[in-house]
Amino acid sequence: MAIVELENLSYQYPLTEENALSNINLKINEGEFIALIGPNGAGKSSLCYTIAGFIPHFFHGELSGKVEVAGVNTHDSNLSEWVLNVGLAFQNPFNQISGSKFTVFEEIAFGLENIGIPRQEMIERVENAMNLTGITDLAKRSPYSLSGGQQQRVALTSILVMQPKVLVLDEPTSQMDPIGTRDVFKVIKTMSNQGMTVIMAEHKIEWVAQFADRVIVLYQGEIIAQGTPQDVLTSPKLPEIGAGISRYTSTARIASQHNLWFKDKPLPVTIVEAEAGFLGVIYEN
Amino acid sequence: MKINISNLHYSYPGEIKALSGVNICIETSELVAIIGQNGAGKTTLVKHFNGLLLPNDGKVIIGDWDTKEHTVAKLSARVGYVFQNPDEQLFKRNVYDEISFGPKNLGFSEPDIESHVEDAIQLTDLDNYRNSNPYDLSPTWRKMVAIASIIAMDTPIVIFDEPTTGQDAVNVERIARIVHTLHLHGKTVITISHDIDFCAENFKRIIALSKGKVLLDGPSREVIAEVDLLSSTYVEPPQLTRLGFRLGFPIAVSNQDEFLNELQQIVDKRSDQI
Repeated sequence: MAIVELENLSYQYPLTEENALSNINLKINEGEFIALIGPNGAGKSSLCYTIAGFIPHFFHGELSGKVEVAGVNTHDSNLSEWVLNVGLAFQNPFNQISGSKFTVFEEIAFGLENIGIPRQEMIERVENAMNLTGITDLAKRSPYSLSGGQQQRVALTSILVMQPKVLVLDEPTSQMDPIGTRDVFKVIKTMSNQGMTVIMAEHKIEWVAQFADRVIVLYQGEIIAQGTPQDVLTSPKLPEIGAGISRYTSTARIASQHNLWFKDKPLPVTIVEAEAGFLGVIYEN
Repeated sequence: MKINISNLHYSYPGEIKALSGVNICIETSELVAIIGQNGAGKTTLVKHFNGLLLPNDGKVIIGDWDTKEHTVAKLSARVGYVFQNPDEQLFKRNVYDEISFGPKNLGFSEPDIESHVEDAIQLTDLDNYRNSNPYDLSPTWRKMVAIASIIAMDTPIVIFDEPTTGQDAVNVERIARIVHTLHLHGKTVITISHDIDFCAENFKRIIALSKGKVLLDGPSREVIAEVDLLSSTYVEPPQLTRLGFRLGFPIAVSNQDEFLNELQQIVDKRSDQI
């Protein structure tokens, strides 16, 4: 069942002349893990903001077309209702951290406090969420004393604790170390397997290739391709529009010109596919 | 200009120890990447290079200056520091003024200011945006303005804090090109990065920090081969290095050319045997 439905969606920020998003049609099913990719300025963040209700309820401008999440139209709702269904982790955790709390624990409890969750349940949910993202040892630190990657984990945890139906993530691991990135992708995949819908803007193609159910490519505000990671991430279109591709794909593409990758074999997107393909070349030549 | 760090210790007030006993020597015009897990002390370390932080114990010497004896303003003529988040750095009304602020402040002559600013604009591809307000630009281009405003100060040492974060492929390439151009001009370029592929492809030396100490320090190709030690600071070798190991390569490859060469050799060797 579609939980997110966008029809003929177009959007222009205030005081700008061009559409940030043009004619987007998209249905996202409950529990799907969607990756949004594309070069900088393609509209990834704008699409995240729209699904999360920040467009049009915070950023005004001109929004046309249909935006529905969990059967509710964005125009019939407001941000405080909308965020009960959809959680957004911002690209820059600094923009998200409330600034009014002294400890990480309190910061993560902030959203639950606002919706009046009983104290004991609140404590349990915060502890569970911190455990999930591996930040239990940061509980008593000040959010502002943390490194960029640690702040990002706090920002993500403060969204997860709200248990939204739809989780929207704008480059949630951009400042994280590689193992932290992997942990976060795993946590998000688990949430998606449990039925949470995930929409993630991401440049880290290696991880998208391993974890996403569907990849959507945005370019100049439009959807120009979508499908499985294998189909989309090996498309020659991606380098042409300046979107990143995995080094496995780009290396195999060059290798195939030197007979070091079988021409009839699809290009790899993960290390496992690359290993299998290159071993084939080494042992069958 | 040489950087000499000896026995550097630092703790943030009331917080745990961020650096404990760091010794690093960086020669003129080296290309150095600093890696390590979140909270390892990377940003704390480089903030010592321009005196933003001063050691609790130990010394940081830039050229012949002890950072304890010189102001941040004076040190900024020697060490340029591009912040991770450009919004912490930008404040002028248009791009040209933003970029010329640094060299003006350093007291360069008018013609020198103009030529440094012009070079920085060209190197960062900002030609079309010189009259724009930095805050009207996308975060990508704001990042370029932040980089240009440091380059224009013509410091012998340039530090980038996480330059590729949130950047698309075209911008990562642009940043790599900037790093190499600065290197060709004899500058020391130091980057902090979690992007190990970017580090291995563009930096000759890698320093891995872990829990406030130097874990590994050496030529990139040697550091990226230390799979176990790297994983202790939450870093994995670059994608192609890992793939090479899985294919039985005898060495750690650090870029696409090296990978394809090594693969070709293995394939040739096998066909000779058959």
